[in-house]
Amino acid sequence: MIGGTRSVTGYLVKGAAAVSLGFILMPLVFVVWLAFFRQEIPTFPPAGYSLRWFAAAAANPTFVNAFVTSLQIAVAATVIGLLLGVPAALAVARHRFFARETINTLLLLPLVVPGIVLGTAIYVSHVEAEILAYGVGLEVPIIGSLGGLVAAHVLIVIPWTVRLVTATLAGANRTIEEAAQNLGAGPFTTFWRITLPTIRPGIVAATLFGFVTSFGNLEMSLFLVGPGRTTLPIAILQYLEWKLDPTVAAVSVVQISIIAVAMLITDRYVKLARVV
Amino acid sequence: MARLALKGLEKRYGAATVVKDVSLDVADGEFIVVLGPSGCGKTTTLRMVAGFVVPTAGAIHIGERDVTRLPPWKRDTGLVFQSYALFPHLSVAENVAFGLEMRKMPKSDIGPKVEEALRLVRLGGYGERYPRQLSGGQQQRVALARALAIHPDVLLLDEPLSNLDAKLREEVRVEIRELQRKLELTTVMVTHDQDEALVMADRLVVMADGEVKQIGDQRALYERPENLFVAGFVGRSNIVIGRVDAPGRFVSDGGLGITCACAQAGPGCLTLRPERLTLGDGNGSANSFQGTVEFVSYLGAAIDVHVRLSESDRVVVALPNKPGVPTPNIGAQVTVSWPVEAGLVFPEASN
Repeated sequence: MIGGTRSVTGYLVKGAAAVSLGFILMPLVFVVWLAFFRQEIPTFPPAGYSLRWFAAAAANPTFVNAFVTSLQIAVAATVIGLLLGVPAALAVARHRFFARETINTLLLLPLVVPGIVLGTAIYVSHVEAEILAYGVGLEVPIIGSLGGLVAAHVLIVIPWTVRLVTATLAGANRTIEEAAQNLGAGPFTTFWRITLPTIRPGIVAATLFGFVTSFGNLEMSLFLVGPGRTTLPIAILQYLEWKLDPTVAAVSVVQISIIAVAMLITDRYVKLARVV
Repeated sequence: MARLALKGLEKRYGAATVVKDVSLDVADGEFIVVLGPSGCGKTTTLRMVAGFVVPTAGAIHIGERDVTRLPPWKRDTGLVFQSYALFPHLSVAENVAFGLEMRKMPKSDIGPKVEEALRLVRLGGYGERYPRQLSGGQQQRVALARALAIHPDVLLLDEPLSNLDAKLREEVRVEIRELQRKLELTTVMVTHDQDEALVMADRLVVMADGEVKQIGDQRALYERPENLFVAGFVGRSNIVIGRVDAPGRFVSDGGLGITCACAQAGPGCLTLRPERLTLGDGNGSANSFQGTVEFVSYLGAAIDVHVRLSESDRVVVALPNKPGVPTPNIGAQVTVSWPVEAGLVFPEASN
């Protein structure tokens, strides 16, 4: 009898999980499916299948340039975000100092501010900064510059690096650092040989999530791109304003594949289920 | 190997003093055990020797060197942590090699040294494994091998056995002690387990409330405790509360008039070791009292008999478990006797 109830519960849980999974996968499945339709206007059932939209995407310089720009920004923002976020996480997790909790919250804040608001605020501050610079006789292009875009993306990468590295630090055993020092390792060697390897899962996860966040960002970037420079999500949006053929689906498939491959590679080194 | 000297060591955190005026000389090759209840400052003292805690006052010398202000990595101490603190991402051999690498030993010399250290703790052939693949006892031995491999001036053991099960603990105690003798290592171990302390130490330091209560060997601490804390903490003692009326006479709060070697009049506590008490009239012992057996526990080597001597005095008599020694039943009327010198009086209030 007990076995019976348990298996009923089991089926319910599995059923709920399957429904949720289907719900999450549905848009992805349709986008991928659509990318292979032969006809220009997406109608069901498809008239046939072809790879022509992938060729069209590759031949479209706007998409290719936007893809390269997005990749550059995401890589730069992730690297800078890690260089800033890892030391910040160490400081917050390891040391007691004035306003530590406040600083910790501030570091996570970009995650909760809506992208549109963030984009507007950064745009306004870029304008102000350029005016200020001009006032002291400097002509620095900030609005719409690649540097400004990267800086903004660093802002949304930092919460991920800080959060994920702090989480692994909380589970890390500090006495092993003392053990290393007892055996003759100075602070730098201890960090490099002992601390860093133990927080590696967090850093790998932070790299992945930082990259994905930056690579897929639309709302904030909308305010910050300059003439002749767009990121991939923006290029997709702009294309959709004029056309509704499966080229965007093909571009999305490429984007999804890159992220999926990044996740698979990461998972080989660090079991993602253990950090996230 | 070297001498270790602590001089007037003190540690304060704000208003709280956790270690007060600890002075200690550890001879070359001596095994010192610092024994005390948790929170007595023993671990803080050990961490000051290792360099993880900066003393507020006092000095630490290892050999001829004043190391008081040196960071941990510039002192030659080998610390075995309570949690072992093995590097999880390094193999057993790499764990043991770490300290040697830090000493810039050539790679070709490290391999044999690591093997030797692992053989010493009977883990030869385990070098390729990772800490998580080992049992608690094996991890503990890797931690020991890692500390021994660097040939430290002083070996420091922070409750190294407290995470092992009882049976294993008894084996490892003897093992560590034999190894320490063989290598003639100057060693300081910290523990709250008095059996462990008594088995392993050359000399013991009993600490409580941040202070050293007594330093001495096992016999001195047991036979001649200098204060009530040591009398109660090392081994078991019956404590009888009362006052010294006249030289040689102690009267308990329950009205027992006890003959003892005490001089100073005033309130105090009389301590009696359970195994020094006997049942029966004791062939003219100076002290003989009638009482009722209230509780009996059979412990194997000894049988504890709890006897009420007065309304406020109850003592435990430990009877050796030998043929011909009868065990009284609960409720039986018995006589408890002890010689004058069995009672030690301390002029302190018991808590």
